[in-house]
Amino acid sequence: MKKSTSQRGVLPGFGLTMGYSVLYLSLVVLIPLSALLLNSTGLTWEKFWSVATDSRVLASYKVSFLTAAAAGLIDAVLGLLLAWVLVRYEFPGKKLFDAMIDLPFALPTAVAGVSLTAIYSSKGWIGSIFESIGIKIAFTPIGITLALMFIGIPFVVRTVQPVLQDLDAEVEEAAATLGASRLRTFRTVILPELLPPLLTGFALAFARGIGEYGSVVFISGNMPMKTEIAPLLIMSKLEQFDYAGATAVALMLLLISFVLLLLINSLQKRMRKTAL
Amino acid sequence: MAGSVPLASTKTPTERKRATKESGLVKWILIGAAVLVLCWLIVLPLVVVVTEALKKGFGVYVEAITNPDALSALKLTLIVAAITVPLNTIFGVAAAWVITKFKFRGKQILVTLIDLPFAVSPVIGGLIYVLVYGAHGWFGPWLQEHDLKIIFAIPGIVLATLFVTFPFVARELIPLMEDQGQQEEEAAVMLGARGFRIFWKVTLPNIKWGLLYGIILCNARAMGEFGAVSVVSGHIRGQTNTLPLHVEILYNEYQFSASFAVASLLLLLALVTLLLKSWFTRKSHSH
Repeated sequence: MKKSTSQRGVLPGFGLTMGYSVLYLSLVVLIPLSALLLNSTGLTWEKFWSVATDSRVLASYKVSFLTAAAAGLIDAVLGLLLAWVLVRYEFPGKKLFDAMIDLPFALPTAVAGVSLTAIYSSKGWIGSIFESIGIKIAFTPIGITLALMFIGIPFVVRTVQPVLQDLDAEVEEAAATLGASRLRTFRTVILPELLPPLLTGFALAFARGIGEYGSVVFISGNMPMKTEIAPLLIMSKLEQFDYAGATAVALMLLLISFVLLLLINSLQKRMRKTAL
Repeated sequence: MAGSVPLASTKTPTERKRATKESGLVKWILIGAAVLVLCWLIVLPLVVVVTEALKKGFGVYVEAITNPDALSALKLTLIVAAITVPLNTIFGVAAAWVITKFKFRGKQILVTLIDLPFAVSPVIGGLIYVLVYGAHGWFGPWLQEHDLKIIFAIPGIVLATLFVTFPFVARELIPLMEDQGQQEEEAAVMLGARGFRIFWKVTLPNIKWGLLYGIILCNARAMGEFGAVSVVSGHIRGQTNTLPLHVEILYNEYQFSASFAVASLLLLLALVTLLLKSWFTRKSHSH
């Protein structure tokens, strides 16, 4: 014991803080999560497979993943614009602008949910305009995507912003000296540097979007096969006391999102290598 | 700014500068587009909460937020935050201390595990507690025998909130304390200080603003959590209803103005959070 302390340095508290951290982590996160994996509901393989391949369940995965991906992509484009303007330009009200970006982090999701539904329903400020040209937003996948865009936008802005801030001005100057137009410099010099943080921002928004519940349930309309998201399906299975079914849907959802995040992670690593 | 640069016929420094900046027109188009996006995506939902809340007049608004059910929801929300935020703060400080001040095997795994709740859907965060403490869960029969209720009661709400707000403080502190290294603490040890005194006198002043920042983010999420709490609450009015759940109940009963009135309280919480956040960020940068 004495030996290990001297190896670790002179600071006190290793045993206490380590023990407490691991204990608390186990109690709050690891043991409850393991209930999902350790099959506490008597979920058999057959039951798992029949739930996971049920057409209504498959449709809910499709809705969740497609709307989260669409929202992440649109957020990547809009987030790049917001980050660019915040880093490169000075304009009145910029500080307030910067602070407002974080509102989706601080606003309870249920509040966002009811508010977005009021905006995009057929009687709402924006919904009524689109209704008059025959486009429904609330209670369709478009509405779900809009809610997820709101939730995801700060992830993109806050990952791109610091990278853009630290970007070396000399490279841009060199490109300009060599006669590149501003647009070309952006496309061939600046954008490649920003791709890794854009991908990270997309991945964070996407991951958050897959699991999101509060902001989506109000605007989605929750129609099975059409606008029912996977987290809602977990909820309705729980309300019918179908614990095994809820566990099966949750396990599958976790599994797919971890695999997707792993893929995005490795893509990121490869991009970083080629960037060097 | 770029528009005021005089035209130069020879290659001057100003011209080189112009070549790495957009023209004034492009710049203002981009700013305009960004402001438009911000107003549409973020400011509009905020404005709608306020206008919808006041739609039926101030009387209805006051009645909605002073309704006994709303007040008991507010009380429960405050109680839940008062329990979960300190617990996760103590954990966050302990975890950040062990991760940034010592070398040990498996450190990266510990950091990854701390972030785990962010990668899990809040609904799943609630589900796992039902699997452990629910009537059919691991401890369900034992809890029933001893007449203890966790799921569909306040302890369940506290546990689910602990789970979803678990990483906030640790996540804020780890990079901050990593940057600061451990020389100052080591110097304090050499001078004879011990244990908590080192943390209190040396570490805490350095991480104060970052810590407060993590705490208010943790608090905002604790008071605003919906999905995880919705699974374990049981929605019993006046008993296991938090403010966000109360918004949902009123909304589903078509009491829209009342629903938005309660929502406006949560909006206020978000705005105060943002205000404190930018204040703490400014403070921590000036240090």
